[in-house]
Amino acid sequence: MSITWYLCVSAIVFSTGVGGVLTRKNPLVVLLSLELMLNAGNLALVAFSRAHGNLEGQVFALIVMVVAACEVAVGLGLIVALYRRRLPIDVDKLRELQG
Amino acid sequence: MAEVMFFIAAIVALAGAGGTVVLRNPFYSVLALVSHLLGLAALFLLLRAEFVAAAQVIVYAGAVMVLYVFVVAYVGGQDRPLSPRHGPGMRAIALLFSGALLVEIFIAVIGSGLSVLDTEGTGFFATFGSPGEIGKLFLTKFLLAFELASLLLLVAAVGAVILARRRSGLDDPRELSVADLLRSPESGTIADAERGSLQEAAGPPGR
Repeated sequence: MSITWYLCVSAIVFSTGVGGVLTRKNPLVVLLSLELMLNAGNLALVAFSRAHGNLEGQVFALIVMVVAACEVAVGLGLIVALYRRRLPIDVDKLRELQG
Repeated sequence: MAEVMFFIAAIVALAGAGGTVVLRNPFYSVLALVSHLLGLAALFLLLRAEFVAAAQVIVYAGAVMVLYVFVVAYVGGQDRPLSPRHGPGMRAIALLFSGALLVEIFIAVIGSGLSVLDTEGTGFFATFGSPGEIGKLFLTKFLLAFELASLLLLVAAVGAVILARRRSGLDDPRELSVADLLRSPESGTIADAERGSLQEAAGPPGR
């Protein structure tokens, strides 16, 4: 399979993630859609790494996975904090930074 | 054979991605994302990225998704339908935007004219994608990124604990704080006595 196929899959997954971030209201699903976008980027990085025959793209993909894990930890902490303060779990109703 | 594997893995990955966005219950969205990650790991294996695929399955589909499942079970999945507060117009604009982005990326990929994209990749050597080679790169060329990643993980762990702790637990007298542990019991009484004597020596506040 040529590298273009992998890049097309990556593009479709990325657009799906963008659509999810823009349309869903539950912040949990918004975080999941962000994961989709990061994974699409990972797939493109690994595909380019294979195309050029050096491993730096794979190293970049691993660093992206670390950053995604950090983002998940902080984002889920925020959602748990929202739930404890009885705030609505809905990104449309969370418009103020004031606690 | 590689083509068949590619299409199976790509269909699993795309179906998982679609299910993550479309499904109403967040719990099912998490499960769809797990299947998406497994399909993506198969794609990584086809691209000779064995270590990245293993890390994807273990770290993502294992640890991170377990964290998601716990939070969904704790918060409770609100599977109410999308409330059209902004009307269907905003949603149509969002879908239009993501579709336009998809078309743009397709044009950029297919119309790029890079000859390497039409091949199966060049320069494939025997230990390509093995943990040894990646570890060598991490400890020589990308040492700074490696250390920064560890620092970022530490900051995120501390931040997540602080964000998700109990707020009312700070006033709980049974809870020990770090300052209580550092202070020894007799030094506290001596310090109180000395403060009292110093106040007596200074006399009543005249100012």
